[in-house]
Formats: sequence, C-alpha cells, structure tokens
Amino acid sequence: MGWVGDQIDSLRSMNVRQLLTQTISLGMIITSALIIWKVQQCVTGSESPVVVVLSESMEPGFQRGDILFLRMSKDPIRSGEIVVFNIDGREIPIVHRVIKVHERQDTGEVDVLTKGDNNPGDDRLLYARGQLWLHRQHIMGRAVGFLPYVGWVTILMTEKPIIKYVLIGSLGLLMIASKE
Amino acid sequence: MHSFAYRANALLTFSLTVLALMCAMASVSDNFNSPSPTSQVQVLNINWFQKKPDGDDEVSLTLNISANLQSLFTWNTKQVFVFLEAEYETPKNALNQVSLWDGIIPSKEYAIFGIHTANKYRFIDQGSNLRGKDFNLTLHWHVMPKTGKMSADKIVMTGFKLPDVYR
Repeated sequence: MGWVGDQIDSLRSMNVRQLLTQTISLGMIITSALIIWKVQQCVTGSESPVVVVLSESMEPGFQRGDILFLRMSKDPIRSGEIVVFNIDGREIPIVHRVIKVHERQDTGEVDVLTKGDNNPGDDRLLYARGQLWLHRQHIMGRAVGFLPYVGWVTILMTEKPIIKYVLIGSLGLLMIASKE
Repeated sequence: MHSFAYRANALLTFSLTVLALMCAMASVSDNFNSPSPTSQVQVLNINWFQKKPDGDDEVSLTLNISANLQSLFTWNTKQVFVFLEAEYETPKNALNQVSLWDGIIPSKEYAIFGIHTANKYRFIDQGSNLRGKDFNLTLHWHVMPKTGKMSADKIVMTGFKLPDVYR
C-alpha cells in the first residue's frame, strides 16, 4: 500500500518536460516494434510471418498455443507441405497439410486439397460453399519452424480481453510513474 | 535500481533470452544428424478401377508399405509424419500428387514398420486419364521437432503402372 502511495506522489511531482520525454520514448518503442514487424513481412514474403495454432486439428505435431514461423516463396506448392490459408468469408487462417496437388500444364496454376493431421476427413467441409480446391491466392505461407507454448499469451488476450486491458493499463501506469 | 519491479523485469528478460537461445541451439543440433532411411512399397492388388458418374477415374489399391526411418530421430524430434503419395502426369496436368496413406510416428521404436493396407484416401483423377498410366510412389516424411526448424525429404519409387482397362 505504501508503494501505491509512493507512485501517486511521484505522479504529482511530474513536470511537463518529463511527461513529454516519457511519451516520446513510448512512441519510439512502439514505432520500432512496428518497423521490426514490417521488415519481417518483407523478409519472409508473407503477410503475417507468425501465426498461433488455435485448434487441435494438427495434433500431436502442433498443439494449441504453439506459434509457427511462415515463409512464402514462389516455389510451387507440393504435397506434404504445411500451409496456412484463408477461406473467403472466414477471418481466422487455418494451418493444415497439403494432401493433393493437381498442377496445370499450361498455366502452372494448382488445385490443392488440405487436411488436418488429426482430422478424420479432408478440408472440403471447411472450404466455401461449392469450393472443392484451394488455389495459390488463398495460401498465405508455408510453416518452416515452430516454437511451443509461446502463443498462449495471444490466445489468452483474445479470449479474455479483460486481461489485455489490465496488461496495457498497468504498463501505461508503470511507464508514467517511473522516473527514467 | 534495486526495487522488486526492476529485479523481476531483469530476471524475466534474462530467462526469456536464455530460453530462446536454447531453442535455437536445439534446432541447430538437428543439422548434425545425417539420416539414412530406407523403404519399400509394393502394390499387392488393384481392388477396383472405375470411372465415376462425374467422369473422373478412381482406383482402389492394396499396398504393402515397409520402411526404416529410425535414423531420422534425434533428441529434438517430437514426431515424424510419413505419407505415401502417387505422382503422375496427364495431358491436362503437368503434375498430380495424390496422397494415398499417412501415419504419425511418435518415437524411434515405431520407426521401423510394415503395414498392409488399402489406400486411406481416395485415388481420384481430374478427368479420365488413369488407364495404363505409369506412376511413381513416393514415401515422404516430415520431421517435426520439439522446437525449431522442420525438415522434410522423400524416397521416390518408380515403375508402377495401372491396368489398361477398368475392372
């Protein structure tokens, strides 16, 4: 309780210049995080270089809460690759394995069918109505590496938004109340 | 400089950095493994071979798949996903890859296996091109680590051919 009293005292003894310096340093941190994010997108060629695994459809290989590193290259899509794709009308990307590929002679376009390792059937149930195959434009990237458990933070923040507000609120308070 | 918050922050950052470093080293250690897998596949029987009402060919096979994938496992391997695939070419499609069977090998003990099975996934063409078709059977595996970079490779077995007439 005395700690809270100290913080409130330090808040009161702030002057404008200090407050401005604090705000600018905060802005710098946020901007550099954004720069790193954008550079990641350029380097890996994919719109979201990292995704969190949300479902159990790829167990036991990928558990809920793991994060996957993605890369998108011009190489043709081949069977066995683990791809991340978006279905029209669904906002959450899906991470499954390619099990069938049919590539056209003339245009090089591909029809792709995917399936989650842990699912009994292929993904046709998940595709849009009347859609039998995925095409290159649906695919956001290939999974090339992964880290276990790290994605739980994102899952918690999405499913219980109150934690997000508490975290940002207390971070903001600490920023303002600290003297450096 | 000595408050609880500073110390907790320093500890957290340090432990996260050490963890990230350990994950990276574990992933790099996988590069020192030079695997030598072997496999063999036989088509024991063509169960049936028909043209479906929508015009696409479909064939059902019974396969004997045997392989030794023990050398793929390292201490950083969580599982190996293995699948068997038929590859062939048609006038319309430069490449067709159809997965016939897959399995998950959770640990080294299970990495020597031989199974006798009908194809798990349907072997359907886009069109009616399968009569008398030559195709390759490829055994692919995908090594999924406990942490870090995944790798995949395959063994191509050629010389398989589908019958010239439906049965």
